[in-house]
Amino acid sequence: MSNPAEKRPLPLKALAISIVLIWIIIAAFPFLWTMWGSFKVEGDFFSRSDWMNAVTGPLTQEKHGSTFTMEGYEGAWIEREFYRAVINTAIVTVSVVAVSLTLGTLGGYALARSGYKYSFWLLMMALVFRAMPGVTLISGYMLPFFELNIWGYLPTAIIVLVAMNQPFTLWMLHSFFKSIPRDLDEAALVDGCSRFQAFRLAIIPVMWPGVITTGLFSFLTAYNDFAVTSMLLSEQNLTMIPQINSFLGSSQEEGKVMYAVAAVVSSIVPLFVFIMIFQRRLVSGLTAGAVKG
Amino acid sequence: MPHKVFLSFLWPSLIVMILFIALPIVSVVYQSLHVEHEQIMIVGETCGPFGCTEEVSVDAEAMGKLREEKPAGRFNGLGTYFNESHLATDEIAEIFATSADFREFRNRVMNLPFYNALIFTVSYTLIVTPLVMLVGFIIAIVVNMVPRLFKGPVIFFSLLPMIVTPLIGSLVLFWMIDSRGVIGASLQVLFADPTLSLKASPTLTWVTLFTYGVWHSAPFAFVVFYAGLQTVPQDTMESAMVDGANRWERIRFVTIPHLMPLAIFVALMQLMDNFRVFEPIIGFAASASASSLSYLIFNDLRISNTPLFGSAAATSMLTIFGIIILLLPVLRQNWREFNRKS
Repeated sequence: MSNPAEKRPLPLKALAISIVLIWIIIAAFPFLWTMWGSFKVEGDFFSRSDWMNAVTGPLTQEKHGSTFTMEGYEGAWIEREFYRAVINTAIVTVSVVAVSLTLGTLGGYALARSGYKYSFWLLMMALVFRAMPGVTLISGYMLPFFELNIWGYLPTAIIVLVAMNQPFTLWMLHSFFKSIPRDLDEAALVDGCSRFQAFRLAIIPVMWPGVITTGLFSFLTAYNDFAVTSMLLSEQNLTMIPQINSFLGSSQEEGKVMYAVAAVVSSIVPLFVFIMIFQRRLVSGLTAGAVKG
Repeated sequence: MPHKVFLSFLWPSLIVMILFIALPIVSVVYQSLHVEHEQIMIVGETCGPFGCTEEVSVDAEAMGKLREEKPAGRFNGLGTYFNESHLATDEIAEIFATSADFREFRNRVMNLPFYNALIFTVSYTLIVTPLVMLVGFIIAIVVNMVPRLFKGPVIFFSLLPMIVTPLIGSLVLFWMIDSRGVIGASLQVLFADPTLSLKASPTLTWVTLFTYGVWHSAPFAFVVFYAGLQTVPQDTMESAMVDGANRWERIRFVTIPHLMPLAIFVALMQLMDNFRVFEPIIGFAASASASSLSYLIFNDLRISNTPLFGSAAATSMLTIFGIIILLLPVLRQNWREFNRKS
């Protein structure tokens, strides 16, 4: 490297590398450990004698004839019907992403192109809702939902998640549409398009990078939500995260903690894949707020 | 863009937000002013072989009817706000009058659920936020120093603790710090104390929750700071070198000032996120020794059959009030900037 500011003495480099390695271990080890351990029996994963048992799995060997067992997964997925929660999660996340992006692109576009000073109020709203714990709003939902008899159903939870996320979605898409040159749709307007046609023909073809980045965050809110889904869904409509929570109480008593461990790992694996595919976009989305905000 | 066209684009978002954000807030305010109906008692007589006894029981039928007529309960004004499970003004006055010293005063106040939650929430926010920024900054600096080859994987693994939702993340750690889990067992060996359990004492539980908070949020600070480091002006860096600034001085006088706006952004996000701490308390099964404002609300609503809507709503209002106080400086600054610009 030519830049003298980037030259570093060897000990410093070694120190930097070791700190990085320590951080990687701190960040990743718990997940890898739990994934590995989910294929063992409880006596190994929570070993009274020696924690190395979770790695080697002597009790698992004794019980199942192999150091790996699918017992936890079978228990969770089949016996406790975790697959239902997985299906519910899929429905909820897909719908939340689709609905909030549809509403958000329309609204975000209008906000970016209107000459009035809505953007300040939008930013303030996005900020306040970002700050407000979801639980505070939920106490407002429960009673009206009971009265209207719409408590417990998936569509209710979906629309609530969309609404709670909407200020943030609007804000992100609004700043994204601002970065698309006005000339593009104004040229279409001059050519005789209406606003909707201009939006459809000139903007939609170029908006995908911003929409995808925003969609990733909508996906994460829906997938990871615990507060809304645990309070607003009935027992058989629960999504994965609240379902795992309700596993905990019952499984701990029956000595079936491994069911919960297997369910937890099942919910982490999609996120692994998700980060692998979208790492760059996630990082750019996380920092976009900082640069533009 | 004329108002009409503007509205034709925005109305779906507006309707959703009015229905599911604005109205619920109204409903929270309304509910917080109401409280559950008093039990209607009826006196019945049960006659057995040994004579008749009078029994007082709840009149379920009348209760059901009353609930149907007024689902929110009876009007209670600000009563819920000041009762013993919220602001507890009477109890505080009494404790203040009868406590011998500050220690006793503090201990007795900590037994009031609202203050216990408030103190935990505030200490969590104030302790975790700076630590997250410090840890994130250190990681960003060192990752920036290592060869390019490492960066992809480091970012990949760093994102994990942040992206995995707090409930799951804290569960994963909770199983590891179990006295039969790998970290718990190792700590017992390390401190040569076979009875050591992170779950036993309130202090250790708090420390565990704080540690979890830093682990969960440090990646966010890291990613933002790392992006900022890529844009540090190299000219300034070189001139600082020519002027004889050593490595530390360059970080102190060039890098840190350059990252300052980002640091404010991270601090703001972290203050908001940490103030609503809630899921780790469930994940770590820590409700016996720690509770937060959000957890209190959740707990009130969780009571099966008769959720305490009034109590939850009052806590919600107090939480929103707390957030407004927390955000007031930021909102004011934004407002000034906005006025200057326009």
